[in-house]
Amino acid sequence: MMEGKVPSEQHILSAFDRDLEAVQALIMKMGGLVEAAIIDAATSLEMRDEELAERVRKEDRQIDELEELVNEEAARVIALRAPTASDLRVLLSVLKISTNLERIGDYAKNLAKRTSVLVQMAPVGDSGGALRRMAKAVAEMLKDALDSYATRDAELAMDVRIRDRDVDQMYNALFREFLTHMMEDPRNITACMHLHFIAKNLERMGDHVTSIAEQVIYVVTGHLPEESRPKGDRTSLVTDGEEDE
Amino acid sequence: MADIDIAAGGWTSEASRENVRRRRRGELWLKAAGLVAITIAFAMLLTLLASLVITGFRAFTQTHVTLQVTLPPGDETPSFRAATRGAIEALFEGADEAQKREASRILSSGAQYIIESHVAANPDLIGQTFSIRVPVSDPYDQLAKGLIDRETPEALRRVSDAGIAAFDRLSEAGLISRPFNTALFVNADSRFPELAGLKGAIIGSFYALLTCFLISFPIGIGAAIYLEEFARKNRLSDFIEININNLAAVPSVVFGLLALAVFLNWFGLPRGAPFVGGLTLALMTLPTIIIATRAALKAVPPSIREAALGVGASKQQVVFHHVLPLAMPGILTGTIIGLAQALGETAPLLLIGMNAFITAAPSTPFDSATALPTQIFIWADSPERGFVSRTSAAILVLLGFLVLMNALAIYLRNRFERRW
Amino acid sequence: MEDLRLTERLVGTDEVKIQARGVNVYYGESHAIKDVDVDILDKTVTAFIGPSGCGKSTFLRCLNRMNDTIDNCRVTGSIRLDGQDIYDRSVDPVQLRAQVGMVFQKPNPFPKSIYDNVAYGPRIHGLARSKADLDEIVEKSLRRAALWNEAKDRLDQPGTGLSGGQQQRLCIARAIATSPEVLLMDEPCSALDPIATAQVEELIDELRANFSVVIVTHSMQQAARVSQRTAFFHLGNLVEYGETGQVFTNPRDPRTESYITGRIG
Repeated sequence: MMEGKVPSEQHILSAFDRDLEAVQALIMKMGGLVEAAIIDAATSLEMRDEELAERVRKEDRQIDELEELVNEEAARVIALRAPTASDLRVLLSVLKISTNLERIGDYAKNLAKRTSVLVQMAPVGDSGGALRRMAKAVAEMLKDALDSYATRDAELAMDVRIRDRDVDQMYNALFREFLTHMMEDPRNITACMHLHFIAKNLERMGDHVTSIAEQVIYVVTGHLPEESRPKGDRTSLVTDGEEDE
Repeated sequence: MADIDIAAGGWTSEASRENVRRRRRGELWLKAAGLVAITIAFAMLLTLLASLVITGFRAFTQTHVTLQVTLPPGDETPSFRAATRGAIEALFEGADEAQKREASRILSSGAQYIIESHVAANPDLIGQTFSIRVPVSDPYDQLAKGLIDRETPEALRRVSDAGIAAFDRLSEAGLISRPFNTALFVNADSRFPELAGLKGAIIGSFYALLTCFLISFPIGIGAAIYLEEFARKNRLSDFIEININNLAAVPSVVFGLLALAVFLNWFGLPRGAPFVGGLTLALMTLPTIIIATRAALKAVPPSIREAALGVGASKQQVVFHHVLPLAMPGILTGTIIGLAQALGETAPLLLIGMNAFITAAPSTPFDSATALPTQIFIWADSPERGFVSRTSAAILVLLGFLVLMNALAIYLRNRFERRW
Repeated sequence: MEDLRLTERLVGTDEVKIQARGVNVYYGESHAIKDVDVDILDKTVTAFIGPSGCGKSTFLRCLNRMNDTIDNCRVTGSIRLDGQDIYDRSVDPVQLRAQVGMVFQKPNPFPKSIYDNVAYGPRIHGLARSKADLDEIVEKSLRRAALWNEAKDRLDQPGTGLSGGQQQRLCIARAIATSPEVLLMDEPCSALDPIATAQVEELIDELRANFSVVIVTHSMQQAARVSQRTAFFHLGNLVEYGETGQVFTNPRDPRTESYITGRIG
């Protein structure tokens, strides 16, 4: 499973290879669960499917358990195998990636929780679809980030990192949309606040995925990317609904 | 870090430089002293060898005279004495009486026996005239080798003027030759230097060493294996070890006295037999072999013993499958050096009577015989001039055997230690 | 949820191979091992670690009665191999050593051919009925010791001509040729370079499938790498014995913690 710039030769002590693979397999499994959670949460929102939302909330526990397991196993491998160089980077990245994934899982869970609330209210505009597209973009980014991790593909990771700007822009658009809805009708404020938090969570997920992609670059090259990440989230600069470009 | 005062002023001070100079002088002195010591040792060895070779090399040739011997036909038991006499006299036909008288003295008194044994080997020679080379007697051998000065007054030399004239006559006739002295190796001892050889002594020494080896080798190895591999280390084993080391230092004459008392007087073994000599030498060689074997066993790394024990070999298997084969080159080297020492040992053999005058080589180890060192002792004691060079020659032969044995020891060590 | 834990943590079996109870060892007056109880599992690599002179090697040598060859050594307590007390009178120590193989610190092949090195044990114990049998045992042992491919064309050449790591694997092959059930290793890699060490460690990991392996090591990292169980000895006491990951990430005894973190010698 190790390709690309990672030394293709195996360790003489094959148990070390097995350990490294096992820990990374846990990350992959965790990534798969998180990806599904994002999609499912967004789908439950759009379809107003309370049952699916409930399932997403429940499955988050599995992700949390996996994170704990990854941390435990990584610590164990560090203690027993005294990894160095690329092996050490892999294990450090595993620890960080698992934290990122766990956070993303928490956001997905939060999304599902808000879905359960939003189902009780009247829908506001067609924001569900926009959020689902945003969630899909994030899930794709996550998938690519994990693929780049598996294949040690720094190019792909770089690409993922750039794509975060799109997510940020989607969030900006939604921010303005929710602002408009709330100004139109104060009764929308509760729903819009929830929806806004959902959008914000999705945007945060994108940031965590970016962080995963950066870990991939660290594993492959040995250092984190230097140039500052392109940012598309400009809502922090918004004053009174007016946007200064 | 605080500065330390080096030689009161550091490495560059005058005191420090003087110290270096003193040290270098000291080293130079040591080297020079060593060189001198080695030079002295070598000079002594060279002197010894040179004196032996200078006096001994003449004994490796022997002056011979060629005779035409005629045996009357039909006589199955011819008088070889008469035939020999006739043959030498025939060479002096027409010479003056004094020369004729001396002529028979030129021949060795063993000449007729040499002709006899030659005829015995070739019976068809009876009734024929044949040519044969016989040794000349010792004084004429000396004359031929230039050891008798012709300028010395007649009364002071062992050959008369007539004798010299007779010898020169033979010499001019081309009948005198000086081939390699095979008699030195194929004859046993004799009163007559020109006939005396080392065969008896060499065979006697061989039997004695064989006996010594057959007895001391197995006993020595057995004792060493027990002490090294099986005996517990305690006071008793320490005591035994000390005594073995002491035994190795006991003067050899003491062993001779012991052998005289025990083997000859008590057991009644034959006097002067190489077998008894071998027993005596075995007593002497035993401590050497035990010490050498123990050292060789000790040199086998314990890891080999552990390895063998680890796969479930018993103590006895460990010793015989692994330790002993690995120690064998060392054991053999020690044994050969011990035997070489025994070969040169004289005193104990004298005490058990291996210095008798015996003119036949022993056919069994139980026949009386001499050994090389005792033969040297006998010859050195003999008055005849011819024995002087023969003594040196015998010493050279003995040294030759010693060098051969040591070379074998070195060969064995190099040959087998390589697989280690 | 399925168990995703790493396989290396798992021990193949819970079956106890060697059970030691109340073992004390004395060298003359000195008390080298103090009342040690330990259960060594089958098909598991058990590591003994501890500072020099802690008794780990001494205890290892009790397990095949190698201490018997030392004059003033006395062992009390019971050590059972598959329930049989190995210090019982009916047990022949020489045969026991064939059943409990041992590999030493310094590679010590006999100065014989590779073939004879491996064949020696089976020969003296009469384990092969024919030459073909013996050939098979030799090949199997060398294969298990991961030396067959390197040695098959030079079986008649001296074992001492191999490299250090190969020599040690040859010694392992020699030890497993008598089909032991337990393999004792006394610092098997301390004389080897890192690559040869890694190869031997890999081999030890493979041997676990068939044997119960007990390894004494000075290197805590080695214990961590190869073993599933670790026992920490200190001053003749067994201080801690447990799953290797637990011992190295979360030791229960403060002395173990101090030792593995390099705070006491």
